[in-house]
Amino acid sequence: MKIILPVEKEQENTDICQSLGRTPYFMLYDTNTESSEFFQNPASNSPSGAGIEAAQAIVDSGANTLLTPRCGNNAYSVLKKTGIAVFRTIPGPAISNIHAFLEGDLSELDTIHEGRHHGEN
Amino acid sequence: MKQLLILSGKGGTGKTTLASAIIRLSEAKACADCDVDAPNLHLVMDYKGETERKDYYGLPKAFIDAGLCTHCGSCLEICRFEAVISGKKMHIDPRACEGCGLCERICPVGAIEMHPSVAGELRLLSDPEKGIFSTAQLKMGNGTTGLLVTEVKKQMIKASDNASLAVIDGSPGIGCPVIASITGVDMILIVTEPSLSGISDMDRILDTARRLGSDITVCVNKADTNQKMTEQIRDRCLQMDVPYTGEIPFDPEAVRIVNKGLTLADEKCPAGDAIRSVFENVMNIMNRR
Amino acid sequence: MRDVITERTKMKIAVLSGKGGTGKTMLSVNLAAVATPSTYVDCDVEEPNGYLFFKPEDVRPEIVSVLVPSADPNICNGCKECVRFCKFHALAHSGEHLIVFEDVCHSCGGCSLICPLNAITEHPRTVGVVESGRSGEVTIHTGRMNVGEAAGLPIIRKLMKKISESGQERIFIDCPPGSSCTVMESIRDAEFCVLVSEPTIFGTHNLEMIVELVRTFDKPFGVILNKRLDGEKDPSEEYCHRNCLPILGKIPFDHELGILNSEGKIASRENGRFFQMFKDIYDHITECVSI
Repeated sequence: MKIILPVEKEQENTDICQSLGRTPYFMLYDTNTESSEFFQNPASNSPSGAGIEAAQAIVDSGANTLLTPRCGNNAYSVLKKTGIAVFRTIPGPAISNIHAFLEGDLSELDTIHEGRHHGEN
Repeated sequence: MKQLLILSGKGGTGKTTLASAIIRLSEAKACADCDVDAPNLHLVMDYKGETERKDYYGLPKAFIDAGLCTHCGSCLEICRFEAVISGKKMHIDPRACEGCGLCERICPVGAIEMHPSVAGELRLLSDPEKGIFSTAQLKMGNGTTGLLVTEVKKQMIKASDNASLAVIDGSPGIGCPVIASITGVDMILIVTEPSLSGISDMDRILDTARRLGSDITVCVNKADTNQKMTEQIRDRCLQMDVPYTGEIPFDPEAVRIVNKGLTLADEKCPAGDAIRSVFENVMNIMNRR
Repeated sequence: MRDVITERTKMKIAVLSGKGGTGKTMLSVNLAAVATPSTYVDCDVEEPNGYLFFKPEDVRPEIVSVLVPSADPNICNGCKECVRFCKFHALAHSGEHLIVFEDVCHSCGGCSLICPLNAITEHPRTVGVVESGRSGEVTIHTGRMNVGEAAGLPIIRKLMKKISESGQERIFIDCPPGSSCTVMESIRDAEFCVLVSEPTIFGTHNLEMIVELVRTFDKPFGVILNKRLDGEKDPSEEYCHRNCLPILGKIPFDHELGILNSEGKIASRENGRFFQMFKDIYDHITECVSI
């Protein structure tokens, strides 16, 4: 499976970014190879629609699971429709969160906050 | 670093006057003016020191190369924002252009390109004694965006070193810029005034703020201009379980002080005293968390 | 209801201030009330307030809608050409179907035009309403944007269209605060702009902004100095003198006026003193417009 997280830098022990839509990078961890790749978030400087653009990038990456501290409702509605599971991160670097998830220690993200705009079709 | 945001919903309630006094009283070493449409806070903050400036880019806007244009009028036909001005030289009105890029796409001779468009300027002032002050000025015709407000806050947080408290003068209204002001903030102080429009705008802001989960308190400015309505507001806050942090009287002395470029914490006056009390109430609630 | 006889019968006046709370609505409402028969147009679609004063009767609403896209799932093959094209990122594709974020969409019509399979069509979506009514001899048009919407422009365009088609006589446009595109749209057809200021350095700073705005549009204008305090210096007045800007009137800070205003009452209808004050301002504006 592939797990994706919003991260500050392109390193496995980097901090998780508090904003999903405007995170500078994403980290994509492959459980088969136990290795990570990183890519820039195309939405990090978008004046609008950042959550949606970031969500599309997540969908296109092939990830099945997202670990994030928060998620706006626009991004969430895209992810929900693709069957990507969303879990809440805990304090600590990205790689610790991966391990915590694989041990079953993370819980699903249940509070979605209202984004800049709300409602989609 | 704890963040205190001051909002009002309606303009003209005295938000900036209050914010400036609170910054002075709290000696907050980090502050920001998110009211980027009409930033006013700097007029009374008197920060001495360097100003760092950075261009803020909005969405790129269309531009027609007159040398390539064949006047076919396709762009004029498809533009829904009345941004294409025809004439001897077809050109785009950047004030109307929304940056959709459709004209660029359909121009049969490739005469249209999207060019980066500077929508405003980010400013960061650093005073060696007072700390840092983050703000921005929009160019005319550009609306405040959530992104710009986010940039002003990010700039403040990045430059704030060891500040324990940041005070933010928020955007008016109820739209995206306000939501962007609210994210990540620990406490919101809503400043309202005793009028029908003040109450209706306070309700809308409360609704928005509550969904985003910050702590909220309310205070009434110019409270004695309509004591009856001030009481209505107080009762409403009680009903809705929102802490009511106080009332500030209308004070002509205050206008005089502000017009000298000072805050109401710099010279003694009735409004200033009342603000001090509101400030103390808000801090008590913030420190309890 | 008192009648006003003036020589000039047709005019379109926009009332603006750099910031909310300066007295724009109070002024435009009262000007419309003394200059009957007249029309009052509330372009502050995010937070319209004029109707609180007029309490219009016989209100007829007209929905304002914009076009938003949807893709026929039987035709769409997930190429994502539209997702890549949309500069506002209002579109996403789940792998199965197209997701449209209607309130992020700017209704440019681009996706529907560029879809290689013609899979996208557009349908109307309500963004607000224009409510038209009457209060005595004043016709009132209120623009109201639905909460959560980002763009007030479509509603203001509808308001402007309504008044240009109506051939109504004296029109007073209550503009949104600030200097963004909604303000620009509101003053586009105005013949004269009334700028409202207050006697604080904040007020003066905001006045400078809107002076720049109306000059960009080559609109003749004048200034109303509002909320004046007795015996106090008014930095906005000084600014007007320094720059030779026409001053149309000075409204004192008046406790009674404040109370009437805060309770949503039209001062010129309640009290002869205020009727005279606003009529004088209106007459002065008429003189300036006629020049």
